[in-house]
Amino acid sequence: MSRLQARFAKLAAENRAALVTYVMSFDPDRATSQAVLNGLPAAGADIIEFGMAFTDPMADGPAIQYAAQRALAAGASLRGTLEMIAEFRKIDAETPVVLMGYYNPIHAWGPEKFAADAAKAGVDGLILVDLPPEEADELVPFCRAQGVDFIFLATPTSDEARLPRVVGGASGFVYYVSIAGITGTASASSDTIADAVTRIRALTDVPVCVGFGIKTAEQAAEVARVADGAVIGSSIVTVGEDARAKGADPVTAIHALVGQLAEGVRGARK
Amino acid sequence: MQSLNTYRAGPDERGHFGIFGGRFVAETLMPLILEVEQAYKEAKADPAFDAEFRALLANYVGRPNPLYFARRLTEAWGGAKVFLKREDLNHTGAHKINNCIGQILLAMRMGKKRIIAETGAGQHGVATATVCALFGLKCVIYMGSTDIERQAPNVYRMKLLGAEVRPVTSGAATLKDAMNDALRDWVTNVADTYYLIGTVAGPHPFPQMVRDFQSVIGDEVRAQMLAAEGRLPDSLVACIGGGSNAMGLFHPFLDEPSIRIIGVEAAGHGIPSGQHAASLTGGRPGVLHGNRTYLLQDADGQITEAHSISAGLDYPGIGPEHAWLNDVGRVEYVSVTDSEAVEAFQFTTRLEGIIPALESSHAIAHAAKIAGGLPKDHLMVVNLSGRGDKDVNTIARHLGHSDMGDL
Repeated sequence: MSRLQARFAKLAAENRAALVTYVMSFDPDRATSQAVLNGLPAAGADIIEFGMAFTDPMADGPAIQYAAQRALAAGASLRGTLEMIAEFRKIDAETPVVLMGYYNPIHAWGPEKFAADAAKAGVDGLILVDLPPEEADELVPFCRAQGVDFIFLATPTSDEARLPRVVGGASGFVYYVSIAGITGTASASSDTIADAVTRIRALTDVPVCVGFGIKTAEQAAEVARVADGAVIGSSIVTVGEDARAKGADPVTAIHALVGQLAEGVRGARK
Repeated sequence: MQSLNTYRAGPDERGHFGIFGGRFVAETLMPLILEVEQAYKEAKADPAFDAEFRALLANYVGRPNPLYFARRLTEAWGGAKVFLKREDLNHTGAHKINNCIGQILLAMRMGKKRIIAETGAGQHGVATATVCALFGLKCVIYMGSTDIERQAPNVYRMKLLGAEVRPVTSGAATLKDAMNDALRDWVTNVADTYYLIGTVAGPHPFPQMVRDFQSVIGDEVRAQMLAAEGRLPDSLVACIGGGSNAMGLFHPFLDEPSIRIIGVEAAGHGIPSGQHAASLTGGRPGVLHGNRTYLLQDADGQITEAHSISAGLDYPGIGPEHAWLNDVGRVEYVSVTDSEAVEAFQFTTRLEGIIPALESSHAIAHAAKIAGGLPKDHLMVVNLSGRGDKDVNTIARHLGHSDMGDL
């Protein structure tokens, strides 16, 4: 059983959804980012999405764009990101870590070699915004062979004709992007999200996590009532940066927010 | 070197030219891109669509524009007979309008009410704003703030035409960053918005569609050269940023093995300086903005900033079909520095009374290098893709003329 399967099984037994937290690797520097990562499970994260910085984050709003710029200025590299996950694995063997970002750095690494190196570092899944099912066959088989889940994105524009194709090859979980838009901007209504999750569940047994536009513990709780996981990214990244800008500790600020979000998610179905 | 029966069959069903091209876009855009592809297929098969396109090219753009025999350049270089394809004489002053006419007709067929576009030099922005004014559609242009500064006259033209110009400040604030923001807009406004991409790049079907609309350039050159000289040209030279003016000239001639075809990239301060925009000469294959192509990037796959004095060539990628034509060896790709382009700009202005765009000056600069070594009966076509009025401030700065009165 993969770490993701084990985690979702455990949460199902507790009758609750996963809190999936996104942070950008190397933001604002490697040491701070490692401290953020290492403390996420204790703060309440069930699954960790670890952002891979890219110069041209076309699907991201300002919060994550700036995070990527800070990370790259601090020397972010894919190799460094994998090393940080390997470091995390020394203290946590159970919390799933999913890499999220764009395809070109992996293309440059070489898909086959990257899948092997990611698995070795302790990566459980991969989310690539710009590798849709139409092009994914150049990477997905290598991920499968290494036991790394390739997580497809479904969106409000994935119509009835496309949705089966999108979720058909899913493993790990399906990531439902709840709005047509970029990260950290508008939020979808909970009714729309519930409808979409129902449509996806009709096509797959893989858990469905929902992201984009979820900012508060209340919104996370609403999503947690209907989906298998709520993904929060931009607001976590923003809280860290705001703290740093004020001279406070971004690690403490991020873990505090994750604690509040976890409370929201854990109380959602009670 | 691979030899094919035809170089004109691409792309395949998935939008690939060899390993290049494709549809590397967010899932949110995927259904829309498939819809654009379907709409374009239907439009292409509809004679009424083509008739409307041709009529607007004739009556609104002013086509065909001349294939002008540049006698004084020919004499000065002392070799090949040099012809300039006068895209600079099109309405709005560049080849960009050809593609905008085609795509705006498609956008209207699809019922889209809002048009977005990216622009570098501002020529595509002006052309897009123009067709939006013509058809009464809302128009938003994304333009890097660096480019806004160096192409101020075009920014004002777009505003006069009724477009909203949104400055982009991320990255180096040039064409690449403008394209990122245009994609972010599109993903947010999928229902009513059409992204009118200005070059032969982006996800399938854009590289193919833009090529098809721009092929009017090469089709005209064929007829005009046959009329003037009774035979086809011996060589074709065009500048390349994304590569739409070059592809429009080249594509109709790719299967004429006797014709030497040369694309000219921007070498900026020189390839060894690392400050250039020559993705074929100085880049390697990668994935950006919806397609796989040659990209300027570091070892980690991070995209590096391009540099060119010409805002229209200042892009770290190139259209995927050019990447493929490079790899199969059908087209030669070379590069020309900022200084060489400026020199060609001045030379052409003084000698022919034609002020070429800085982009087109790259093609002229390469023609200057090779024309003298070619026989006098060699027929060379250089694509004068746009006019240079927009560039006079840049030239003045480059030449150290603090104000234009110094000249």
